[in-house]
Amino acid sequence: MSFALLAVQILNGLQLGVLLFLIAAGLTLTFGVMDFVNLAHGVQYMVGAYLAAMFASLTGSFWSALVLTLPCALAFGLVLEFVVYRRLYDRDHLSQILATFGIILFLNQAVKALWGAAPLSVPMPDALSGSIVLMPGLLYPVYRIALIGAGLATAAALSLLINHTRVGMRVRAGATNPQMVSALGVDIRRLFMVVFGFGAMLAGFAGALVAPILSVEPGMGDNLLILAFVVIVIGGLGSVRGALIAALMVGLIDTLGRALGPTLLRLALPPAAASQAGRSLAPMLIYILMAAVLFLRPSGLFPIKR
Amino acid sequence: MTRNSVPALVLFAALLIFPFVASFGPQSYLVSFGARAAIFALAALSLDFLVGQCALVSFGHAAYLGIGAYAVVICSLLGVDDILLQMLAAVAAAAVFALATGYVSLRASGVYYIMSSLAFGQMLYFLFVSLSALGGDDGYTLNDRSRLFGAGGLASDVAFYYLCVGALVLAYLFLTRVVGSRFGRALGAIRQNPLRARALGFQPFPFQLTACAISGAITAIAGVLLANQSQFVAPAFMSWQRSGELIVMTILGGVGSLWGAVLGAIVYLTLDETLSQFTDQTHLLIGPILVAVALFGRRGLAGALGAGGSA
Repeated sequence: MSFALLAVQILNGLQLGVLLFLIAAGLTLTFGVMDFVNLAHGVQYMVGAYLAAMFASLTGSFWSALVLTLPCALAFGLVLEFVVYRRLYDRDHLSQILATFGIILFLNQAVKALWGAAPLSVPMPDALSGSIVLMPGLLYPVYRIALIGAGLATAAALSLLINHTRVGMRVRAGATNPQMVSALGVDIRRLFMVVFGFGAMLAGFAGALVAPILSVEPGMGDNLLILAFVVIVIGGLGSVRGALIAALMVGLIDTLGRALGPTLLRLALPPAAASQAGRSLAPMLIYILMAAVLFLRPSGLFPIKR
Repeated sequence: MTRNSVPALVLFAALLIFPFVASFGPQSYLVSFGARAAIFALAALSLDFLVGQCALVSFGHAAYLGIGAYAVVICSLLGVDDILLQMLAAVAAAAVFALATGYVSLRASGVYYIMSSLAFGQMLYFLFVSLSALGGDDGYTLNDRSRLFGAGGLASDVAFYYLCVGALVLAYLFLTRVVGSRFGRALGAIRQNPLRARALGFQPFPFQLTACAISGAITAIAGVLLANQSQFVAPAFMSWQRSGELIVMTILGGVGSLWGAVLGAIVYLTLDETLSQFTDQTHLLIGPILVAVALFGRRGLAGALGAGGSA
């Protein structure tokens, strides 16, 4: 295991981390502010990727596809909020689970019916399609670096928005005590709608960003949704800062565990056992991390103080 | 006799005579479908115990189906082919998994429990995907059904059907006894008002943890039966969609009545099976139905039938 390979894996881990953050950020706010269990957040990511694929083939350009995807993902989130979610805010978690699970089933099948079960691919923008030499012997695709940059920039912008604007202040207040915010005269329903739409847009943005490097296919959001749950449990419900740190942790640990685990285990175990143990343990690492966090800090690393 | 027991009696009576009715149609298809429905009813029933009595929404219950199914595989690899011994192994394994994951998940409440149960289920899924000795992602094909007291009678579909229904009825009777017991009443008190229950000296944690283990163990029995029904075991048994379907069956039936979950499982599977005769895109229809049930049907089928439902 050379240093260059390690660096590549760290970059890959960061990439998964920022992706998870884009999904978990909106989700943690809908959980935290509205106490709403939105299982359908992962399909919003998938819808973003499909929208990007559709617009890319219509316009022939990744950039115009990205620009068109954002408002469409936002509109899509708002439509879902208007048609389904807003009727469920006052209901128990079970009704929310049932409805959003129904939406997952429907949308996963709907994209299959519209675009087929075969994965779609989106051409990479020319400007970012090359690779750069990070150090001698280490080539890394520019696009993936741009993706990490875009994710971190979004995180910074989101942090400004939440910590230094009026809307952000209300969202933070809402995550701490929604009843009080409502009593103070803030239209909490509109706040919910804003958070929902924004979260859907972030998830759609994540989907559009990965469309050129991952295959766009039905169900692509499901696994990320569960990883986003892990991120939220680790980071603390409703905490965007917690989501960022936990997302990067999960991304790095998952990627490095899969890449380095078998090699490290070989130091202690015979090769065959090491490779089986590595393959079994690596995917479990993040869940073990989650269990450890739950054990030591039951409300996450950065809990919202109530 | 409580008002809850009448619909349950009707339901179980219908299940008992089902093979006779089915003999007028394509019996082997219907009986095999019936066994599947009874197995999922058993799983949904045990989930309803957890959701309805403890308000613990486990979104990882398919993991226990998987534990039961893989217990059959591991037992038969070790040469143990008696179904009762396999169930014993499944129950023990499920209880261990439930106690271990419950021990950490129950430290935080509400939404955390939903998310962490989902995550732990997924963890087990990935574990079994990686175990190439058990077939990995491709799954493991069982050559024969398990035996009962050394006899191979379960090879008959009708006999196997009655084993599934028998397990379902026993589990129902057991769980209604549990709900009515001192333990069950304590669970109800903890669900309704944890603070007051605590003040009365009932620490929620050990009660809820025990309930998790009971529910997981019964679902694992359903897993043992499911492996025998399909004679095939794969990690897909414990996919998170499967957990979601179990929740759907439970809610559809009406949470808290126990028999509602049985009805919910039967209705959901019948709906899925019927729709799939006409289209292979059943989810385009089932999805909106679930949304509609969530929006308009407040207490599920049990509620609509005018009984049960305590949640």
